[in-house]
Amino acid sequence: MPLAQTATTVPVIIDKDLCIADKGCTVCVDVCPLDVLRIATTDDGDKTAYMKFDECWYCMPCEADCPTGAVTVNLPYLLK
Amino acid sequence: MDEILDGLTQIDCDILIIGGGTAGPMAALKAKKKNPKANVVLLDKANVKRSGAISMGMDGLNNSVIPGYATPEQYTKEITIANDGICDQAAVYRYAQECFGIIEELDSFGIRFQKDQNGEYDVKKVHHIGTYVLPMPNGDTVKKALYRQLRKARINIINRFMATRLLTGEGRVAGAVCVNTRTSEFLVVRAKAVIMGLGAAGRLGLPTSGYLMGTYENPTNSGEGYAMAYHAGAGLANLECYQINPLIKDYNGPACAYVAGPMGGYTANAKGERFIECDYWSGQMMQEFFDELQGGKGPVYLKLNHLAEETVAEIERVLHIVERPTRGHFHAGRGTDYRKQMIEMHISEIGFCSGHSASGVFVDEHARTTIPGLYAAGDMANVPHNYMLGAFTNGAFAGLDAVDFIADVDFAAFDQGDVDAERTRVMAPTKRDDGIPPNQIEYKTRRLVNDYLQPPKVTAKMELAQKRFEEVRDDMEQGMYVRDAHELMRALEASTILDCADMAASASLYRTESRWGLYHNRVEYERDDENWFCHTILTKGEDGKPAHTKRPVKPYVVEIAEDEKDAYYKQRVTTTVAAE
Repeated sequence: MPLAQTATTVPVIIDKDLCIADKGCTVCVDVCPLDVLRIATTDDGDKTAYMKFDECWYCMPCEADCPTGAVTVNLPYLLK
Repeated sequence: MDEILDGLTQIDCDILIIGGGTAGPMAALKAKKKNPKANVVLLDKANVKRSGAISMGMDGLNNSVIPGYATPEQYTKEITIANDGICDQAAVYRYAQECFGIIEELDSFGIRFQKDQNGEYDVKKVHHIGTYVLPMPNGDTVKKALYRQLRKARINIINRFMATRLLTGEGRVAGAVCVNTRTSEFLVVRAKAVIMGLGAAGRLGLPTSGYLMGTYENPTNSGEGYAMAYHAGAGLANLECYQINPLIKDYNGPACAYVAGPMGGYTANAKGERFIECDYWSGQMMQEFFDELQGGKGPVYLKLNHLAEETVAEIERVLHIVERPTRGHFHAGRGTDYRKQMIEMHISEIGFCSGHSASGVFVDEHARTTIPGLYAAGDMANVPHNYMLGAFTNGAFAGLDAVDFIADVDFAAFDQGDVDAERTRVMAPTKRDDGIPPNQIEYKTRRLVNDYLQPPKVTAKMELAQKRFEEVRDDMEQGMYVRDAHELMRALEASTILDCADMAASASLYRTESRWGLYHNRVEYERDDENWFCHTILTKGEDGKPAHTKRPVKPYVVEIAEDEKDAYYKQRVTTTVAAE
């Protein structure tokens, strides 16, 4: 059985202008209990954190511990 | 990251602690302090900085026994009654005697507890009989304070490794097999003693929102402790005593009547009337909640809109920074203002958790399980209603006792074949070209849990559940497919969740009476003290399926008078009180 590609909107949003992943910061990736955040390299070579897996407990360590205030935790659409 | 690699490393330690949430760190600190030479390893599937149920902190101690407010005898009596009599009191009594020392120790870590103008602890009454709730004004700092202590004590921390099976040999524990959650590489840890603090089985039922991770418990707490103890041959107690909570509908977080109650908030029906005298969580209270809904008087709400502005503002201040801080976002999104509207609540999906109820791995007052050298503490160990302070205190007991245990023993020899078999089991979903992804296995299991196991419990439905679970197990074992290391972690969790679902059905069928209010409400049976005043112990049977025995409740340390034992069944508000 092949797998489908079903779209899902994710609750954790990163402000690329504030994110300092290109300086080596991985704080949000490190603290997430469910390990759903990763660092992506954008087309212009910049790095930014993003939510890769839609498995969020909306618990907020990523937002609370981000040194630049780049992370916003919204509620998953299904329960907001 | 997440690429599946092939690899295996083996390390040795004196004491392996699995789970870095609440009980685990305290066990590590106590063990290291008692024997500074001991090699103590603290392992977590996430990162110890922010792992476990108290990832973002806690608003208070729900069960503190503070001299001048309560005695260990009163507390032991209250919890015995709240837990419908099925309680080996020794563990509760020891906790009650020693938890104040742990509070003072937490205070020395920089975690503050509320005091009144005279400098006395400002303890609040929430339980039906006694006074045990102590607010924590800076409860958002708990994990950071603990982490500082772990660094200071030089505890070896291993993050992002998930323990999948315990190793045993020579009739005792020998270590654990672990898998890296980002590379799938194996780590075999040989240990003289193992302390499990893996939290609740909080991802068992499916939240009504349908969102897999929209659980009350931190969804990382998917029940590995229960499954590992089971497969290792340990006894698990009273798993039919489910955890079911009164929560904010959809958000599925606590409404926090424990915070709001002492300030004048209360649980109300749709008319805004109080219908229970006591908002403390128990199966008996949940039964009243259920009856109110069945009686057509729902929905049930948390009512704050009668309170003064400054009181509401204070409640908001506490509830919106600690434990589940996105609660403020949730209410803002819905336009709910505590000053104007009541907060809609509902009955949660089921789980296992001793922190709130009594379903856990069987332990004694030293946190010893039925396997020598293996300990359990916190939400996964069956000390009833032990909450966060119970996790700290029983974690301390485990750490202290484990140091004595390792003094006289070397590593137990285990069968290398067990490690090989576990590697094969774990990696099977990576060896297929396509198949069913773990999120679908998990969704189906948990949806079936809701359909067939959610109380009131009906025998025929639970038997159907067992059939459906077997089908899902076949699908899982023959066809589950993962593409990367992260999905492999979810696959392992799906397997754990299915184990817990099997145990939930089996344990519930075994106890042929009703007990603990809604938690084990079997519609065909009444409470039966003559035959069922006992623990039910679930172990892994010869056929690989759950087996059951009865274990007598030990003679009480603190006597319960005949007219006291049903006090928690008498909390419905009488008409006179409601009219006031």
